[in-house]
Amino acid sequence: MKIILKQVILFNPYQKLNEKNDLLIEDGIIKKIGGLTDEEWKSSKIFDFENKYCVPGLFDMHVHLREPGREDEETIETGCNAAAAGGFTEIACMPNTNPCIENAEVVRFIKDKAQHHLVEVYPIGAATVERKGEALSPMYELFEAGAVAFSDDGNAIKNAGILRHALEYSKMFDAPIIEHCEDESLSNGAMNEGVVSTILGLPAIPNIAEDLIVIRDILMAEFTGAKVHIAHVSSKNAVEFIRQAKKKNIKVTAEVTPHHFTLTDESLKTYDTNFKMSPPLRTQEDIDAIIEGLKDGTIDCIASDHAPHSIEEKEMEFIFAPNGIIGLETQLGLALSELVHKKHLSFSQLIEKLSINPRKILNLPVPLIKTGEKANLTIIDPDLIWTVDVSKFKSKSKNSPFDKRLLTGKSLAVINKGKMFFEDKFFDI
Amino acid sequence: MALSSRHLLGLYGVPKEDIQLILDTATTFREVLERPIKKVPTLQGKTIVNLFYENSTRTRISFELAQKRLSADTINFSTSTSSTKKGETFKDTVRNIEAMKVDMIVVRHQSAGVPHFLTRITKANIINAGDGLHEHPTQALLDMYSIREKFGTLKGLNICIVGDIAHSRVAMSNIFGLKTMGANVSVCGPSTMIPMGIESLGVKVLNDIDKAIANNDVLNVLRIQLERDAGRRIPTTREYHNYFGITTERIERNNKNIVILHPGPINRGVEISSEVADGPYQIILDQVTNGVAIRMAVLYLLGTMVN
Repeated sequence: MKIILKQVILFNPYQKLNEKNDLLIEDGIIKKIGGLTDEEWKSSKIFDFENKYCVPGLFDMHVHLREPGREDEETIETGCNAAAAGGFTEIACMPNTNPCIENAEVVRFIKDKAQHHLVEVYPIGAATVERKGEALSPMYELFEAGAVAFSDDGNAIKNAGILRHALEYSKMFDAPIIEHCEDESLSNGAMNEGVVSTILGLPAIPNIAEDLIVIRDILMAEFTGAKVHIAHVSSKNAVEFIRQAKKKNIKVTAEVTPHHFTLTDESLKTYDTNFKMSPPLRTQEDIDAIIEGLKDGTIDCIASDHAPHSIEEKEMEFIFAPNGIIGLETQLGLALSELVHKKHLSFSQLIEKLSINPRKILNLPVPLIKTGEKANLTIIDPDLIWTVDVSKFKSKSKNSPFDKRLLTGKSLAVINKGKMFFEDKFFDI
Repeated sequence: MALSSRHLLGLYGVPKEDIQLILDTATTFREVLERPIKKVPTLQGKTIVNLFYENSTRTRISFELAQKRLSADTINFSTSTSSTKKGETFKDTVRNIEAMKVDMIVVRHQSAGVPHFLTRITKANIINAGDGLHEHPTQALLDMYSIREKFGTLKGLNICIVGDIAHSRVAMSNIFGLKTMGANVSVCGPSTMIPMGIESLGVKVLNDIDKAIANNDVLNVLRIQLERDAGRRIPTTREYHNYFGITTERIERNNKNIVILHPGPINRGVEISSEVADGPYQIILDQVTNGVAIRMAVLYLLGTMVN
């Protein structure tokens, strides 16, 4: 099948590409850019995306798919559907499934399940056995099976000695260790520690719970020469520590979630558990620091930390409710609304953080918009105004604090692996 | 006159007029409690559930008595275990209770925010009888009532809350209510027991109990809750008593006009000496009596509100 994206803005900062043109895709391959013949126009299905942006497919490097183990919350299929609806062509999934991703069979199971889907799934292996932080997982075996990084996400690797060995071991295949930075002796709480937690009477987690582990991990990355990726940065000091580490050329990278640059702990005043997450929502001061970090490149990428939970689990007493929110379908809209339209980031910087940098961190190729390349593309209308409606989400869970929020900017379509998702439908191209 | 909300979830953000109305209404009910027949038909036909997920004797009895004095039908549901641990969600438990057609729910729960959650899942009027470390509004109202009874006003009084502020829902409700009513509020305790950001609520922080006694009209002394996290925040109860305990010697040395409140139950010899707890400075038993009047006032004002 042949399709033409008519008068689309071809945009890829990785190639320094920014031009308006017609794009012909045949059998999933970019066949031609511009200069299309009458015959090609006649024999192709035409999509008029005039003045919309066509960028290398978005990549979310921090997603929880819940399968195997909690298929009532999300499956690989529904998670991939949510990713496509949110504009992502590729995602990396965290290992805290049940069983967790700690042997090659589970890696292969996930890849097999996603094989026929438009969205490519890259499993992240557990860094330690059962993510307990006590003994190394079979990282080499996991890597060979297709794991692209290692993490005990949900927790930091507790034991510094094990972290050291995990870093040394992963260095052999240049895969990063992704760290959920939180010192457990300080994190026995349900929200950020500050005046709001005092008012709400909720047990709280201070910023320093994150800062201590960020410092530890940076020092460990320097010591071992291995790669550490700091997941979901939420504190002001953590941003500064990462900034200083990068100046010293320590191999540290970092991500932030849309909720951590959009919401403060003030949002918890109604005790709505959809605002309960880990790390917790912090203060405006932290948000300002995160935005500075995004601007100057301290924070490399944006990831959703998509964490589906069933309604039954979230609709309960605040301290008993699980942490986390879904984010695949709101991520692009929030990033455009809060960062690009508020002039903190250029559109180009945003595409680097949502498409190019995650792949660089995970040593994966960046899709090129070039004749002969596989079409791995996201079509974005940055000015489309829409209202978030969780009831229409593809994700199996609905735990989003952004329901009914007005956003500006949305993905219109994604193309990958010879398939296209457009107007709520998947079809082969 | 009516309250501005159909629930009493806490005193944070509650307008002065509402607090004034509750205190004034309680004065009427306080008089009822002195009559030979201490009962009025005000809430006849109303059904109230006391939903107590956390152990409580005095608050539950006080509420129950207030309900009976108002002629309401009451049901007590007490458990020290969260429904989630029994396999049923809290929401399901509450929905079942509501299906029995109740009008009001008085709730105590170990988790902060549960009263707010109840307002989203039931149609009943909700009264917070203590939620986690968040608020205990009727306790603060009875404290305010007792202080007002003693001094005739709250405005301009210097009131210090002493003890484990970080783990006290009583302290938080007192701070919000007293500030709204124009009192000067301070807190005094070891630094480990002072919660983050409390100064930004307009509260002065003290670490010297002698200064607290010397410079205040009222001390509201909190129970050191050793069964919670307090044990990790002070070296020993002996050391706490030596540096923060209220003793007759301290009072006589610093301020013989001080009035002492305590929400109970008392750890004698820890936060307060027996001599003080039973002595002339305290109004602890007045607080208990006033508690029934305050709860009658709250139940009456919410229970007779046209929804």
